[in-house]
Amino acid sequence: MSWISVIIAGLITYFTRFSMITFVNSKMMSKKVRLVLSYVPSTVFPAIIFPAVFYNDFGNLVEINDPKIFGIIAAIIIGFFSKNVIATILAGLIVYWFLIF
Amino acid sequence: MSSKFSIFKKGLLDISPLLIPVIPFGIIFGAIGIELGFSPLITYATSLIIFGGASQIVFIQLLSGGASSLVAITSVGVINSRHFLYGAVLTEYLEKLSLIKKLLISYLITDQTFAVSNKYFKNHKINNHSHYHLIGAGVILWTTWQVTTIIGIFLGSIVPEEWGLKFAIPLTFLAIIVNDFRKLDHVLVMIISGISSLIFFDIPFKAYIILTPLIGLLSALIIIKFKKKI
Repeated sequence: MSWISVIIAGLITYFTRFSMITFVNSKMMSKKVRLVLSYVPSTVFPAIIFPAVFYNDFGNLVEINDPKIFGIIAAIIIGFFSKNVIATILAGLIVYWFLIF
Repeated sequence: MSSKFSIFKKGLLDISPLLIPVIPFGIIFGAIGIELGFSPLITYATSLIIFGGASQIVFIQLLSGGASSLVAITSVGVINSRHFLYGAVLTEYLEKLSLIKKLLISYLITDQTFAVSNKYFKNHKINNHSHYHLIGAGVILWTTWQVTTIIGIFLGSIVPEEWGLKFAIPLTFLAIIVNDFRKLDHVLVMIISGISSLIFFDIPFKAYIILTPLIGLLSALIIIKFKKKI
């Protein structure tokens, strides 16, 4: 039973991955659609970031002085000025580690 | 024109910082699978066949918690439906590839590969070898996920939770969008999306992960219209 579920879940996931690339090309999309789609990273990634920062493991809002809040602020500031992926991640982690250890 | 291999290497290099949280996440996933009573083979099979971290954890937790297969499968589908958006964005860069290449490369589309390769495609002139960036990023991410799942299956949670590496997940995705922090329209969409994700976090099937981008894109559309007027 589990095996069938894994395979069906895998096929569905694979479908979500190949369908657009295989069946849709840029000529089928208007300029406006492509312009709106350029915001995809700015909308999908905050949906991963915000709950991970502002909710704890039990799905409750964290306190305003939670180490994660300070970590993300540090990362935002360093990221804004450096525009560097590694510097941004390290800034957040170092501040977070400094506060939890 | 850059060679295939140098673009492949660029993809590999670009994604490597994003692998920091993937390593402990894969190990934890493997360990949880065994803890919840799944066989090593089926735990590993989810990493090979589904290959989608967050959805795999939800999947095995639901199945072991007595949820029906239908609920577990639906959850995986809903969580992974964000790939439709990634595909819609990436398709213009991959449209010259043959069908078979499109089908193969699609397997490698994940949050992380989309994040780094979309950035690369946007900033570089597209040529016949551009897609090697996605292959490079995808192959190393895939390998990392497979190997860490196996480590977790056999060695258990060897990365202490106190290290707080879970916090590296939001940090890596933040690092990807910092480039757009100077654009007010993008910052607005980010804030609207972030707040939506908090509001809708508890709706069934983890559907916030796809509902939020739909709200975000709708607000982007409104912002674009508004920008034109002024």
